[in-house]
Amino acid sequence: MVKNFFKNLFSKLKFNPFAKKNHVKLGLYGPPNGGKSTLANRICLDWLGEEMSSVSHIAHETREIKIKEQVSIKNKKGRELTFSLVDTPGIATKIDYEDFLRKGMNKKEAKDRAKEATKGVIDSIKWLDNMDSVVVVLDATRDPYSQVNITIMGNLQARNIPVLIAANKVDLKKSSIDVIKAAFPQYEVVGISAKYGKNIEDFYETLFKVVK
Amino acid sequence: MVTFQFVPYSDIETLSSAKRITKLINIVKENKIVIMEGRLRREEEADLIEITMEEISPKFKGIEISVVYPDRNKQNLSQKMKGVFASVLLGDRQGMTIIGPASVVKKIEQNPDKIELFTKENGNGNGKTRTRNRK
Repeated sequence: MVKNFFKNLFSKLKFNPFAKKNHVKLGLYGPPNGGKSTLANRICLDWLGEEMSSVSHIAHETREIKIKEQVSIKNKKGRELTFSLVDTPGIATKIDYEDFLRKGMNKKEAKDRAKEATKGVIDSIKWLDNMDSVVVVLDATRDPYSQVNITIMGNLQARNIPVLIAANKVDLKKSSIDVIKAAFPQYEVVGISAKYGKNIEDFYETLFKVVK
Repeated sequence: MVTFQFVPYSDIETLSSAKRITKLINIVKENKIVIMEGRLRREEEADLIEITMEEISPKFKGIEISVVYPDRNKQNLSQKMKGVFASVLLGDRQGMTIIGPASVVKKIEQNPDKIELFTKENGNGNGKTRTRNRK
């Protein structure tokens, strides 16, 4: 009765502390080439009808933070969640411009890309403090026990940021969700193919559980 | 030839986070592989990546890092308590951190019980050093 009184009062004042937070900054984090931008595009295509980022098979395609404001998704129960989607550059401990040379770039392009990529990694780490929730996008065909993954997880845990792990590329034969689940047993893991949209409904449903 | 440099925890325990990281990066920039007793704090690990990125140049291409740490889920209550008290009194000396220059170390693979360090032997990346960790 008391709660209802205050609810009515606050609704008249257009302020409701009992309402759940429904606008958050949702970051996509992970190592390079895990599929963060492909997932960002999938989310934006599904709910906004337009893509967000460019994707490439060459690592460090995303070299600056990209934000899509006001992305609203709905779950099966009709609940709505609105967030700013933040696509971040992949976090790495090494960047060699010669890797880009081998992908067919000229020396200047390769050096510029390497320089931008290093700045991108720094920005990704700095932006951790701004996130309300994070989806860690891991390539399910790769070994998840990398120190980059462990450092990302440890820093999210230290900041009490809710985490959902998207085990991406499950359309590929080599993929294994179980290995990722075993590596990070304390987190929700959803296997998806961001490229083909496989299991994406489960991903959205789990996102509602994790983002609070 | 690959050179390893052991860094005991006592060498870094009184240093500030920034000085710890600078010390480790300076050793790695001399093309040595650091074997450090214990581990950095989580925030320091992120700072280490940030500072590594700031230092990247055509000569210094970054680092490979791996931390081996006892799996607390496999420890009994007594072991956990000992670990907590030891950490409070002596700092986080448990486990071991390996940091190598990316120009020397191709990759470090870590399974729960062992570390495999692949070096860029004569540039072909076939060298392998194996370390088994007892927990």
